[in-house]
Amino acid sequence: MSHDTAHALHPPTTTGLDNRKLAIWTFIGSEVMFFAALIGTYLVYKGKSIVGPFPHEEWTSPAGEHFEHIFEIPLVTFGTAVLLFSSFFVVLALAGAQRGNRKMLIGWLSATVVAGLFFVGMQVYEFSHFMHKGLGYTTNLFGSTFYTLTGFHGAHVTIGLLWLGTVLILAIRGKIPPEKALNLELAALYWHFVDVVWIVIFPVVYLMK
Amino acid sequence: MTDSALAHEHSHPGVKAYVLVAVILFTLTALEVLAFEIVDRGSPAALAAALAPVVVAVLLVLSAAKFALVAMFYMHLKQDSALFSGLFVFPILVAAALIAALIVLFSYMLTLF
Repeated sequence: MSHDTAHALHPPTTTGLDNRKLAIWTFIGSEVMFFAALIGTYLVYKGKSIVGPFPHEEWTSPAGEHFEHIFEIPLVTFGTAVLLFSSFFVVLALAGAQRGNRKMLIGWLSATVVAGLFFVGMQVYEFSHFMHKGLGYTTNLFGSTFYTLTGFHGAHVTIGLLWLGTVLILAIRGKIPPEKALNLELAALYWHFVDVVWIVIFPVVYLMK
Repeated sequence: MTDSALAHEHSHPGVKAYVLVAVILFTLTALEVLAFEIVDRGSPAALAAALAPVVVAVLLVLSAAKFALVAMFYMHLKQDSALFSGLFVFPILVAAALIAALIVLFSYMLTLF
């Protein structure tokens, strides 16, 4: 019996739970507090900007310069749907890994990575578009809190993509057998957490005026 | 597949449950955007007028439902150890209290100046 198989059969811990899974949940708990601070800051300063541009309203500066509203709801709605579907794709990949179905594992994990890349691409496009519309990081309170919150979320998505991409490479090389499915499950838990953070950010930032 | 891997997989929801959750998540997202658009455009007028005072509450409830679905079914908290649920839910409660306290504190501060 290999060491990994023995480990999978009898996790040698006092809780009876795998230490790596306990660690990722503890880490996710700390990340909840991190994003609570960012979301709390965004909400506290919401609507407190003295100058535009503003998220939902047009604005004309005292010098007569006209600024359109910032948010493009259809684009971000599409990005949100893609991120939600990526969570669906990764649970199917995990089911494939646990069943030893390599085709299912690699196919759905690839779809997850593609969806994640699309989301990051959407965010890069969105940020550059907002900059062109006149919203810089230090333009007003809205710009500072918006870019900080969504930028940190985007950084988390990027880290999740690197993690899932690494697992995908391992899966392609045949190094994710069913007894090592936990390697994917840990990455998937982090990915789902990034998804639930966006589930909060989307209505709070984009839909609430 | 090892016995433990098989048992672990069987403790998770099946593909049908995952598909059902995905459909519900997509529907709830569509409802969120629909509520926003109705209030934003003011059309239909009667519905917009009725929805406007409660749209924030509606968005929060829909968001909470989506959050719970992903946590319970995709993150497997419904089936996994209660310890994992505790490690996730306790910080969420603290976070909610923190955000509420910040909002109250800053609202109070504004009344002073």
